[in-house]
Amino acid sequence: MLYRGRKTACPRWQGRGLSGLVVFCLLLAQALIAPAKISAQTSDNEKPVPILTGNAGAFDFLTAGHNLIDSQFNPVLLVPLGDRWLVESRVAFEGMFQRPPGGGPYGGPVTKHIDYAQLDYIASPYVTVTGGRFLTPFGIFNERLYPCWIRALQPDPLILPINTVDSDGVMFRGGFPVGASANMNYAAYVSVASTSIGSVDSERHVGGRMGFFFPDPRLEVGGSWQRTLQDARKNAFGFHMGWQPAKAPLNLRAEFARSFEGSGYWVEGAYRLSQAHFWQKAMRRTEVVARLQQFYTGEISPDGAAALGLPGANTREADFGVNYFLRDGLKGIASYGRQFSSAGNANQWSFGFAYRFAVPLGRVGPQS
Amino acid sequence: MKLNLNPKTSITVLLCALTLASALFAGSPVSRKDASSAAPVEHVTDADSMRVAGEQRFRANCGRCHAAPQKFPPRMMATILRHMRVRATITAEDRRLILFYMTQ
Repeated sequence: MLYRGRKTACPRWQGRGLSGLVVFCLLLAQALIAPAKISAQTSDNEKPVPILTGNAGAFDFLTAGHNLIDSQFNPVLLVPLGDRWLVESRVAFEGMFQRPPGGGPYGGPVTKHIDYAQLDYIASPYVTVTGGRFLTPFGIFNERLYPCWIRALQPDPLILPINTVDSDGVMFRGGFPVGASANMNYAAYVSVASTSIGSVDSERHVGGRMGFFFPDPRLEVGGSWQRTLQDARKNAFGFHMGWQPAKAPLNLRAEFARSFEGSGYWVEGAYRLSQAHFWQKAMRRTEVVARLQQFYTGEISPDGAAALGLPGANTREADFGVNYFLRDGLKGIASYGRQFSSAGNANQWSFGFAYRFAVPLGRVGPQS
Repeated sequence: MKLNLNPKTSITVLLCALTLASALFAGSPVSRKDASSAAPVEHVTDADSMRVAGEQRFRANCGRCHAAPQKFPPRMMATILRHMRVRATITAEDRRLILFYMTQ
């Protein structure tokens, strides 16, 4: 089974009592931080221009004998305004086609979803204020690694659906040095109207993420926390790490998450074969990947877990893959995974292509 | 783990922390020490040094998630870097150096 963590949701604005708080936060930040100087775009040659970027992909997932053709198109619109503002939005169009159980032609739904539609205000070198719908900064996969042209393995991590439903509200984020050998980054947010799958349910939550990056060893460690502001008012937390050793083209990442919906972890290593002494032209375009992960069920029913995109039973999985970078922004992928679960073991194969594009929506002048 | 924080307390604590942080940093002269997510900041101006520093900042910030893209025109890179400044908390100084490196 292919677990997809995304929840289909419609943008809904239910600020009510908290809307005043959101406005207050924005005004407070503006008043406090406005005197701080930030670097301005001084040259016309560097004046940012609106662009349409994003990614597209076509994949074939063969899971326990069931074939799923997945095609996706995820445009990202970036509109800079002045020196400090940015409007950004990503929409996901995804078609998932498979044969019906009794046989027949491939068919299935084509979904669309606004992943984020946000207004960013770069208030100072240390603080950016974001309002609107944004990707929830819980862990690192959802915000940084989700696009198909970035991720090393196309199947989602089992724990991805935990606390990563989109947030609608306000967020503060930034980073700054902590001493000479470390930098801290943070994000703190209040979401007033996260919506769940195709219903009128909404969820209010508050949370944050903090990370420390050590440039010399290229090591990042951090943690996330989130608390729902209604019903049982549950807490969730997670940890993440990333390490890119300077002497090897290795990218090692890991995440752990725990909430009432379930808990688990994944550890992933991606190694670029650029140090191979044979077939160098091909090897330096090739990346091998391995991921180990485990999921433990939480306090919700198997049906509730399935609705979120989580496994309904304790699950372990190992995945191995190869990525081949054909040209800039275009890569071919292949992977094999084996899932061990009390609900049944399964093999999972995936093949496909991922492509990243960027198109200016204005005059850019000569390319340097 | 069970924390007994009611939402109003959580929000109040969060706002106080942010207000304090903002107030502390708002008055900091940027030229003294800009926020860098890659390395201690030196105000690099020499072209070769900027290129080297830009590559280092690129590897430290951008290379953590993805490979180097092709070089885009400066005005496109400026937009992309503003996006990444928000997404990956790239600072003004990093943005300046990476923009130089990616457009040379």
